[in-house]
Amino acid sequence: MEILLVILVGILYAAGIYMMFRRSMVKLLIGLLLLGNGTNILIFLMGDIAKGKPPIIAPNTSVFTDVYADPVPQALILTAIVISFALQAFAIILLKRVYQMTGSDDLDSLNTNDGDI
Amino acid sequence: MTSNYILAPILVQLVTAILLIFFWQRVTVQRVLSTVGNTFSFITSLILAIDIWNFGTQTLHAGNWQPPFGITFVCDALSATLILLTSIVGLAVGLFSTIGISINRIKYGYFPIFHFLLMGLQGAFLTGDLFNLYVWFEVVIISSFVLITLGGKKMQMEGAIKYVTLNILASTIFLTAIGISYGLTGTLNMADLAQKIALVENRGIVQVTALLFFVAFGIKAAVFPLYFWLPSSYHTPPSAIAAIFGGLLTKLGIYALIRMFTLIFIPDDYTINLFIIIAIMTMFTGAFGMMNKKSIRKVFSYLIVCHIGYLIAGLGLYTEKSLSGTIFYLIHDIIAKSNLFLIAGLIYKIRSSTDMRRLGGLYKDYPLLSILILFVLLSISGVPPLSGFWPKLNIISEALRSGNYTLVFSIIISSFVTLVMIAKVWAEVFWKPTPKDHPEQDDTFAPLSTFKKVTMILPVFLLAFISFMIAMRPGTFMNLSDKIANELMHSDDYIENVFRVKNIQN
Repeated sequence: MEILLVILVGILYAAGIYMMFRRSMVKLLIGLLLLGNGTNILIFLMGDIAKGKPPIIAPNTSVFTDVYADPVPQALILTAIVISFALQAFAIILLKRVYQMTGSDDLDSLNTNDGDI
Repeated sequence: MTSNYILAPILVQLVTAILLIFFWQRVTVQRVLSTVGNTFSFITSLILAIDIWNFGTQTLHAGNWQPPFGITFVCDALSATLILLTSIVGLAVGLFSTIGISINRIKYGYFPIFHFLLMGLQGAFLTGDLFNLYVWFEVVIISSFVLITLGGKKMQMEGAIKYVTLNILASTIFLTAIGISYGLTGTLNMADLAQKIALVENRGIVQVTALLFFVAFGIKAAVFPLYFWLPSSYHTPPSAIAAIFGGLLTKLGIYALIRMFTLIFIPDDYTINLFIIIAIMTMFTGAFGMMNKKSIRKVFSYLIVCHIGYLIAGLGLYTEKSLSGTIFYLIHDIIAKSNLFLIAGLIYKIRSSTDMRRLGGLYKDYPLLSILILFVLLSISGVPPLSGFWPKLNIISEALRSGNYTLVFSIIISSFVTLVMIAKVWAEVFWKPTPKDHPEQDDTFAPLSTFKKVTMILPVFLLAFISFMIAMRPGTFMNLSDKIANELMHSDDYIENVFRVKNIQN
C-alpha cells in the first residue's frame, strides 16, 4: 500500500509540474490542483499507515508500545485541504476574469504592460 | 516567561478587521476605524517590544498544552522588533490609504483585508510552530491576493496571475518540506525540531529538506532565480498596497529564512556557499534589472530585489556580526522601502504618471516635499551617514574579514548602481523641466483640501523621521541588532525558553 502511494505522489508531482509549464491557463490551474493533492498524500504517508491501529494507549501502559496510525498528519491534511480549496477557488475566479478581459487562454498574451521594459 | 500579552497585536488587528466588515461600504467609518485600529496596534506592539527588549523572550502555549504538543507562540527580540515595524508601517500605510485609495476600493473591503494581512504578518512573526507558520503564511497570501486584484484593472489582473501562481507554488513546496520534516522527526514545534533534526542520521535528506524550505521562502523573498514574479506584479496595484507588499511581504520570507537557518537547519559549508552565490546574483540581477526601466515603480521593484541580496549575504556569511548587519538592514529596509512606494504614490497623485519620460519639474512645484523625498532616496542608496549606510558597513567589514572579496565587490557595485539609479530618478522626476507634451492639469494633488494633503504627506514624513532617527542614532540600533543576532546564534536559549514551563511543572 505504501509503495503504491509513493508512486502516486511522484506521478502527481510530475504531472502537476508538467501541466504548469504549459501555456494554457486552464492547464496551469490543473497543474496547481495536482501538485496540491500530491502534497496532501505525501503528508498522509508521513504518519505511518497502519491498518486497524488507532492511537489509543492501552489501559495498563502509559506509552505507545506498538506502531500506531499517527493522527497529526491527518489533522494537517485537513487544514491543508481547506486552505488549498480556498486558494484554488480564488485562482479559478481570477483566471475566469482574466479570460473575460483578454479573451485568450494563452499565458503569453498577458504581457501587454511589459512594453516598458 | 509565559504571557498572554504577546497575542495582543494580533488580536487588535483581528478585532479591527471584524469591526470593519460590519461597516461595509461606509467609507468614512472605515477610514476612521482603520486608523484607530492601527494606532492601537502600534501602542500594543510598542509596549510588547519594550517589554521583550528589557526582560527577554516570552512564550505562550495555546490551550496550556505542554510543549511540544500544543501550538507555541514565541516572542523573542527579533519577533518583537518585526512586530513593531509591521505596526509602524501598517499605521503609515493605513493613514496614506485613507486618501490614497479610491473610494470604490474602500467600499469593496480594502481596509478589512488590509488588517487581515497585517494580522497574518504579525502571527507569522510570533509563531513557534512550523505548521502554524504555514497557516499564517496562507492568511498573508490570501489577503495579498485580494489586495492585488482589488479594483480589477486589466494590468492588475495580468500581474496577479503571476503573483498568485508563484505564491501557491511556494506554499505547496513549503508544505512538502513540512511534511518531510515531520516524517523525519515526528514534531512540528520549531524548538523541538531543532533538537531532533540534529539527531537524524540521514544527513542527505535533512539537507534536501533545508533546501526545500529555502526554495519556498526564497520565492516569497524574491531571491535570484525565483524573483521574476516580483517586478512583473508589484507595479500593478495602487501604491499603498505596493508599499505594504514591498516593505513587509518579501521581508516575511527573509524572516522565515533567518529563523529556519539559525534555529533548525544550521548551515554547513555547502549551504553557506550557496547563500553567498545567490546573494551576489540577486544583487546583480536587481541592480542591472533596474538600469533600463522607465517607470519609477519598476525601478523601485528591482530595488527591492537588489537589496534582498544584502540581507541574504549577511545570512550567508553566518557570523554574529554579519547577522547583526542583516537585522539592522532589515529594520532600515522595511521602513525605507514602504516609504519609497508611498512616495511613488505621491508622485503619481501629483503627475498622474510614473513614467520617467513624462515626469519632471517636481522640484519647482513642490520644493519642500522634494527635499523630504530626496532624503528618503539617499537613505535607500546608503549615502553616509544615512540609515542605509550603517548596516552595509557591518556586512562589508564582515565579508572582508572572511576574505570573500567577490561579495565585497558585488555589494559595492550594486550600491553604486543603486546610487546612479536614485540620482537618475531625482534628475528625471524632480530637476528636469516639465516635458512639453505633459498637460499641467493632471495634478490631482493640488486641488485636495489641506487636511487631505497633510494626511498623505504625514505618513511619508513619519517614516522618513524614523529613517532619520536610525541615521542619527546608529549605535542604539546597532546594539539592538547585536542583541538580536546574539540571541539567534545562541539558539539554546530559544529552545530553553520554549521548554521552561514543562520543567517547572515537573
